[in-house]
Amino acid sequence: MRRILAILMENEPGSLSRIVGLFSQRAYNIESLTVAPTDDTSLSRMTIATKGDDKVLEQIVKQVNKLIDVIKITDITDRKHIERELLLVKVSAMNDKSRTEVKRITDIFRGNIIDIGKQVYTVQLTGNADKLNAFIDALQNETEIIESARSGCVGMARGDKALRL
Amino acid sequence: MTTELFTGAEMVVKSLSALKVKYIFGYPGGSVLDIYDAIFQQDEIEHILVRHEQAATHMADGYTRATGEVGVVLATSGPGATNCVTGIATAYYDSIPMVVLAGQVASTLIGNDAFQETDIVGCTRPIIKHSFNCRTLADIPDAIAKAFYLANTGRPGPVVIELPKDILLPDNKEPFTIDTEIKMRSYNPNIKGHPKQIRKAAQTIADAKKLVVYSGGGIVLSDASELLTELVETLQAPITNTLMGLGGISGTHKQFIGMLGMHGSLEANKTMANADVILALGARFDDRVTNNVEKFCPNATIIHVDIDPTSISKTINAHVPVVGLVDVVIQQLLDELKQIEYTPDEQALSQWWQQINLWRNVKSFSYQQEENGKIKPQRVVEAMYKITNGEAYVCSDVGQHQMFAAQHYPFAKPRQWINSGGLGTMGFGLPAAMGVKLAFPDKHVICITGDGSIQMNIQELSTCSQYSLPVVIVTLNNRSLGMVRQWQDMVYGGRHSSSYMESLPDFIKIAEAYGHVGIQIDTLDELDEKLTQAFNIKDRLVFVDVMVDEKEHVYPMQIRTGAVDEMWLKKGVKA
Repeated sequence: MRRILAILMENEPGSLSRIVGLFSQRAYNIESLTVAPTDDTSLSRMTIATKGDDKVLEQIVKQVNKLIDVIKITDITDRKHIERELLLVKVSAMNDKSRTEVKRITDIFRGNIIDIGKQVYTVQLTGNADKLNAFIDALQNETEIIESARSGCVGMARGDKALRL
Repeated sequence: MTTELFTGAEMVVKSLSALKVKYIFGYPGGSVLDIYDAIFQQDEIEHILVRHEQAATHMADGYTRATGEVGVVLATSGPGATNCVTGIATAYYDSIPMVVLAGQVASTLIGNDAFQETDIVGCTRPIIKHSFNCRTLADIPDAIAKAFYLANTGRPGPVVIELPKDILLPDNKEPFTIDTEIKMRSYNPNIKGHPKQIRKAAQTIADAKKLVVYSGGGIVLSDASELLTELVETLQAPITNTLMGLGGISGTHKQFIGMLGMHGSLEANKTMANADVILALGARFDDRVTNNVEKFCPNATIIHVDIDPTSISKTINAHVPVVGLVDVVIQQLLDELKQIEYTPDEQALSQWWQQINLWRNVKSFSYQQEENGKIKPQRVVEAMYKITNGEAYVCSDVGQHQMFAAQHYPFAKPRQWINSGGLGTMGFGLPAAMGVKLAFPDKHVICITGDGSIQMNIQELSTCSQYSLPVVIVTLNNRSLGMVRQWQDMVYGGRHSSSYMESLPDFIKIAEAYGHVGIQIDTLDELDEKLTQAFNIKDRLVFVDVMVDEKEHVYPMQIRTGAVDEMWLKKGVKA
């Protein structure tokens, strides 16, 4: 089952490699991983999307928590949460038809065309993984995808719940 | 007044002094020459020069296992550091605190594939508790103080510190301060068990009809042996130890039913399999204990006490998990049992012990020694036990001799039995014994080994000469890699692929070449006398080479893929 883990950790050299190393060493799955410093630059916030049964997930949470750099880890999947991912996609826009279709699909999904070339459009879209997948499917039906990049998901609990020191 | 300034190398030594370090085990090389120069110019810390960095880690490890003090290793960059990897892993898998100071090429060269550069922090990442990259002089005391704190608190383990050459050089000086009162916001190991879990555990114990206590290395590490004995005597229940937990309770205690697991006693494994409640204290349900986890004690309620939450419900699901230091939790349990006015259920207990005694009567560790036959390895261990009055520190290598020692030398006290249980590192025994001898020069320190294992760090006979470390090495020489051979006999149709040691050296001559005493024992009638003679030599290292029966197998032995108590008692005989 897909799980989203939010991790707060010391923003120090090597912290990321410890997490990544742990996942590979213990054969845990990483679907996506994002990391960046928080508003407090001594801290990094990481979101990992992973898969596994309850037993594996329990071990993942415990093992990550055991790393000295990690301050907190929480599995946000089961409670109300917000999950977002950013997609940049460059599509072929060779003729009027494809340009119109790309514009129309982008509007439906509430994305933005953020760059245009002679024969390409670059589109930005945010949402959860399902929405991004659906958007890509829709584009593929109408035009050729030349390049795409996804950020991997970031997540946060809804309401007052917060992952902080 | 001007503040006194120090080089990075001096800061390394001053930091170690501030942490009351007595010995550094190491080997010099280019990137750490400044530290060696600083060591030369002081006399608070003694440096022990080994002959291979792996031995430095095992020596520090043995020293730590015997004393409880954190061992310190110093190695140069590149090969010096990579040679430490096996020793670091050995410490990691047995949760032994250790601080490894590894040199590194100058910061400006890192990443350039410089001479003797390796990313030792990267190499050791999966086998350490934590590691530090020092990049400035001020990082040095901070990293060392934190390393000691991390290594020796919570679940102990090795910590690696990387020291680039440029921050150690003489032309770069700064004031020195060290704060040994460490607080880290990201590291707060749980000390006390949760009161609710303690109540639940005590109630589960009180309701048990067939209770067994299963304790491991955690008892030894946290010096909880007296508390454990008090608990076990309160419960009047049987107790079994893991390989790492031997000595946690006296091996001759009437409630001790022997080691459990692959080569454990039948009564220990049977008791586990038939228990209704298992109280696991500082043990981690290793696969060498459980055998097939699917068949492991399906009817037992499991109370699992461990400092490391990842150990709980990792392989075997715990019904009552308790996270905390095992000595603290045992005290909590004792208090709680008193609170609920616990008294053992005499009738249930008596039936339980009746059953256990039937298993005991099988005498699963027994063996046949023929009068004119080859010496049985078990017989040698028994002789050592008698001669040393059961009081020696026994440091083992890895293989059949390790199991024979664990089975036939009942340890009265914790820290007396020193072996590589988790990683199973051949070559561990001799350097570990040297570390113990350094700490306890007046005690008998045995290295029990085999003709395979001893050759993995035999160069350390030289270190023993230099520092006068008169350990007694007893090699159970079966001209084979005995445990490999045993498996080949049992599982691989007797095809002894690469398990026969051709061209064995003359160990006696080797010992003598290093200035030690060599004693050869070939027949049973000379065994006791010559062994006694070996232990009577106090001021010189004695290398005893005992020719033992190469066909002897370690029994009992769990049957592969079976339950915990499915065992071969001897060849072709199932329990």
